[in-house]
This record gives sequence, C-alpha cells and structure tokens, in this order.
Amino acid sequence: MHHRDISLDVVLDIYTRVLRIRRFEEEVARLFRQGQLPGFVHLYIGEEAVAAGVCAALTNEDTIVSTHRGHGHVIAKGGDIKRMMAELFGKATGYCKGKGGSMHIADFGIGMLGAIGIVGGGLPIAVGAGLSAWYTGSDRVSVCFFGDGAANEGSFHESLNLASTLALPVIFVCENNQYGEFTPAANAMNITDIADRAVAYGIPGVVADGVDALEMHRITRAAVKRARAGGGPTLIEAKTHRRGSHAEGEEAFLGGQTYRDEAETAAAQANDPLLLLHTYVSEQDIAPAERLETLDADITRLVAEAVAAARNSPEPGIETVFEDLWL
Amino acid sequence: MPRKTYVAAIQEALAEEMRRDSRVFLIGEDVRIGVFPSTRGLHAEFGNQRVIDTPISELAVAGAGIGAAITGLRPIVDLMFGTFLYLAFDQIANQAGAMRYMYGGQTMAPLVFMAQNGAGSSAGHHHSQAVHQFFMNMPQIKVILPSTPYDGKGLLKSAIRDDNPVLFLHSLALGGKRGDVPAEEYLIPIGLADIKRAGRDVTICSAGPTVQTALDAAKILEGEGVDAEVIDLRSLSPWDKGTVLASVAKTGRFVAVDESFPTCSAASEWCATVAEEAFHQLRAPVQRVTNKDVPMPFSPVLEQAALPSAADVIAAVRETLA
Ligand SMILES: Cc1ncc(C[n+]2csc(CCOP(=O)(O)OP(=O)(O)O)c2C)c(N)n1
Ligand SMILES: [Mg+2]
Repeated sequence: MHHRDISLDVVLDIYTRVLRIRRFEEEVARLFRQGQLPGFVHLYIGEEAVAAGVCAALTNEDTIVSTHRGHGHVIAKGGDIKRMMAELFGKATGYCKGKGGSMHIADFGIGMLGAIGIVGGGLPIAVGAGLSAWYTGSDRVSVCFFGDGAANEGSFHESLNLASTLALPVIFVCENNQYGEFTPAANAMNITDIADRAVAYGIPGVVADGVDALEMHRITRAAVKRARAGGGPTLIEAKTHRRGSHAEGEEAFLGGQTYRDEAETAAAQANDPLLLLHTYVSEQDIAPAERLETLDADITRLVAEAVAAARNSPEPGIETVFEDLWL
Repeated sequence: MPRKTYVAAIQEALAEEMRRDSRVFLIGEDVRIGVFPSTRGLHAEFGNQRVIDTPISELAVAGAGIGAAITGLRPIVDLMFGTFLYLAFDQIANQAGAMRYMYGGQTMAPLVFMAQNGAGSSAGHHHSQAVHQFFMNMPQIKVILPSTPYDGKGLLKSAIRDDNPVLFLHSLALGGKRGDVPAEEYLIPIGLADIKRAGRDVTICSAGPTVQTALDAAKILEGEGVDAEVIDLRSLSPWDKGTVLASVAKTGRFVAVDESFPTCSAASEWCATVAEEAFHQLRAPVQRVTNKDVPMPFSPVLEQAALPSAADVIAAVRETLA
C-alpha cells in the first residue's frame, strides 16, 4: 500500500519513534528478568504503531495522558530515554525523582501529562486538558490513550459524553489489544468494535489498524484537524496486540496457567508493526539500508547509555520523601 | 499442625464457605485465573456460576454485589487492590454502608468486599495505599485486617457468615508468610484482638503488616530491658477496646502502630479512645506511629521511609518512657 499523503520525512520520523520504543522496551524486559527493576512493569511491544502514529500528528503543545502501559506514549511524545530509565530504577535522576516509577512517568515539558495506574483514570483528566484549551482559546488538542478494558469503566462513558456535550478538542485513543489482564475483551463486552460506542455519545468512532503506524497517523491527523477546528472529540479504536505478558514476570506468577492460545499469539506476533513499517520504508526507498542500520545502532547505544546512567545514579535521599508536597 | 501460607489460608476459607453454603459466590476481575493466588482453583471446583469474572467496572461490580445480597445471596466481591475501592466508593459508602439503617431495618446486605491493602511492593501510589481507615469511618461496615494465615482464615469465614457488609483486607506484604493452620474447622469472631506478645511496660497496638513491625521493635526493646505487650487487633471495626484498655491499665503506656496516612488514621482512633477512657491510668502521653504524611512513593528506599518502621516504634516507646 502507498501512503502518498504522508511525506517521506514523516514516515521516517514515525519509524524512528517505533524503533526507539521497541529497543527501549526490549532492554526493560531484560532488566526485569535480571531482577534489576522494582515494582510492576507493563510492556508496549507489539503496540508501538499506535503511540508513534498518533504522536507524530501532534505538536509539542498538544497533550497526552497515558496508562500503566505507558513507556511507548512517553517516547513517542518525545520523552527523554535517560530520565525514563532512571525513573524505572527508582533513582533521583528519574523524571519523577523516583516517586513515580514505571506506571507514573510524566513530562510536562512535552505535554505528557502523566501515566496513570488506575484503569480508566486518565480519561477525565484528558477531558480537562481539552476544557482548558477551549477555555483559553488555544488550538491545542488533548489525546487520551487507554485500553479495551478501560472502555468498561464508568469514567470512559462519562468522559466521552462530557467531551461531546462541550464539544471539546479531545481525541480518545483506545488501544484494543484484545485483553484486559487475563480476560479476553470478548468476555468483557458484547460488541466487536469499541468504536461503536461513539454513537451513544454523538461523536465519530473510527476503527483503525493499530499495527499500521501510517494508518494510525492518517486517522489521527483527521481527528486533530477536526478538533482544532472546533468539531469536538473523536474516538479512535486501534486494533492491536500485546506481544508479551500483561505484566513482566507473569509466567512465574501465574504458576503455569495460560489464557491465550499459542496459534493466536503466533499469528499476532507475525503481524509486527516494526516489520511492517520497515518493509514499507525499504520498499519505497525512503532511506538506504545503511541509514536504517545506523539509526538502529544509535538508538541501541542511547538505550545502553541510559541504563548505565541509571545504574550510576544516586538513590533519592530519604529527606526527599517530604519534598514536592506543597507549593 | 499444617503450615500454610497466608494466601493459601484465605483460599481455603473461600472454598470451605462456598462448599457449605450455595448462596456464597465470588465475583471480580480475573478471579478465575487469580490475580492473587487466593482465588485460584475455585473456578475448577465451583464453575462459572459461582466464580464470576467481570469486566473492569468496580462500581458496577460492587453495586451488583450489594443488589444480590439484599435479594438473598451472599456475595464475595473481590476488588483486587484497596485503591480500586475508591472507584466503588459510592456503592460501599452510600449504599452498603447505610442501607439497613436508612430503610428502617427492612433489609440486610450480607456481603464481603475483599482487597489487598497497603504498600511494600514498590508499585507506586495507585497500587500501594492502605485504605482501611476510610472504611472504619463508616458506621455500618465491618473492617478486618488480619496478620497471620490462622487469623486470615478464621476471620474470613466469620466475615462470609456475617449478616452485615464486611471489608476483608489482606496484604501482599504477608502473602507468602507461613503459619500454623489447623486442619479442622474453626472460626475467629470479628471484633476480638489477639495478644501476640505479652508484656508489662508498654502497650503496642497494631494490625496487619504493622504487627510484625511491632514485634520486631519489641524484640529490640527487650534487649534494653523494656517489656512490650503487642496487641494485634485483627478487626478494626468493630475493634476490641476491652483488650486494649485492660492492657493499658497494666502498662500505663500506649503506642499505636498503623499503616495509614496519619490524619484520621486507625491509630488516631485508638489513641483517642485510650486518652478518653484510660486517661488516669496513663503515665505518658499516647503515641502514634503511622505513614509519613505523603502519597506513597515508588522508589523502594522512599517507600520504606514513608512506612512505619521498627525504629519509629522504638522511638515512640522511648518517648513514653522518658
Ligand atoms: C481501576 C482499576 N482496576 C483494575 C486494575 C488492575 N489492572 C491493571 S491493568 C488491567 C487491565 C487493563 O486492561 P486494558 O485497559 O485493556 O489495558 P492493557 O493492560 O490491555 O493495556 C487491570 C484490570 C487497575 N489498575 N485499576
Ligand atoms: Mg487491553
């Protein structure tokens, strides 16, 4: 398929974002296996096309709100891999000085308003970011990432309705990876397309191939345009899959119990967003192979440097437990 | 006596009560596969009707539990993490927590809400708060926070048989802890404390994970010639004032150790009661040892700093002896 409406620069930009997320997450998986990371870690591998395609349609001023599976959103929005890695280690040099961790990374400087560990907790916040844009006459748009599971929380329904009635510039991006923890989405809702729920709130609902970063980008661009022009919210449902566990370390934790069949997982894995984009970039001669290899090597080195820096960073001082409480 | 983990003891209580009473059923997110091992294996034995997986919809699930309870069933609603109770707050506080009274005694809501309470796994603020104190504040909900496998099993069985709404809080920090659990059936009455260590000099009152903190402190204090009594309240609402006041009558000193945010903590309530009812027996002001007054931080170093420690307890005890 040709994506003539997406410039070569933008394609390469999206490719870079996908690759950065992939290499970061692969390293995080390794670190977790080695027992180097505290807490819970939820990886985004397999879903990179969603964040990359969406965020490439946003400016630095536009905002996003993220989830427990949030590393990809931060990176796609332009986050600093070093400060992210340090935060995963719980170090003083991390984005949140070690107070947030994997599930709570934020970078207000790039419009990343925070990852939220409560399922569905981000939707109302994103509505509020849209409200402030409308209130101040800014053409900023607000994007909310959330999962298929979150679409069953009351906050999803209340937020879509509120954003709709106030015609706010909010783009709701549902990452339908077919599972909420260990429960198939099909057991948690009696519809196939979450996008259909948009009808109930009088807003457009679009189903997107969440493995195809360029399609994600095209659909988001249209929603952004509409939102900036005062047309109100859009619900985009990205059909995607998570390659690995719900949370790292899951196999040991589940004690041999399984919940996905292998054929399904294998089929989903073959449909890889990075591979798809790589093929397109190569076939369209967007960049010579050597340039792509250099890009990959650069990113890999950046990630390795981030790990080394995080390891060498100090633990937060005990006294900081009382810092950042009041203004 | 067989030694069992805390989660295995909870699992046994659930299974035994479900066998005993066909009105008892379990409902919640991923209870079949078991996000916490305490619900594992129940689906294989009891099937789809009695072990119900739900969408991620805490408010609806909690409320559905209440609706089923006032129409004849005895639900156990698993809300996973204590912090997810916040999403179900309306149904618990406004409905379950008032229904019988509000409707003039016409109904009862015999159900159990279950959740993991507190910190210790470096999971950040959204998965690490203790929430028991919010529910102690509600007039018509019982709250249980056991510290051992034995207490967990006996109290959960009582909770399931209780005709009132009960919040049963377990702790990830204690999940793998082993203890004696008799093979034969037993119940522990709700509202009865257990003296985990007898002593003469100071009363240390605790519950859940802070029982171990108190015991650790007591051991160190013993080396300094201070004989501490450690009370494990086990039930927080109603709580065993009798045992606490009798202990204070003996020791004249009171330290409350509680994993909550300090203001209106469980410790606040215990201290207020001791100050009110045992004022003349006290030889020193009462002391509270709680979380630091901050949201729960992620970093293991900061998380430990935010939680009540044995050192904090020892400092508080020394204060009462000064
Ligand atoms: C309010 C709330 N309920 C339950 C959980 C536990 N939990 C964490 S992730 C998750 C599944 C979320 O599914 P989905 O929204 O599809 O996101 P995904 O993990 O698939 O990316 C659940 C139930 C939570 N964190 N918050
Ligand atoms: Mg999902």
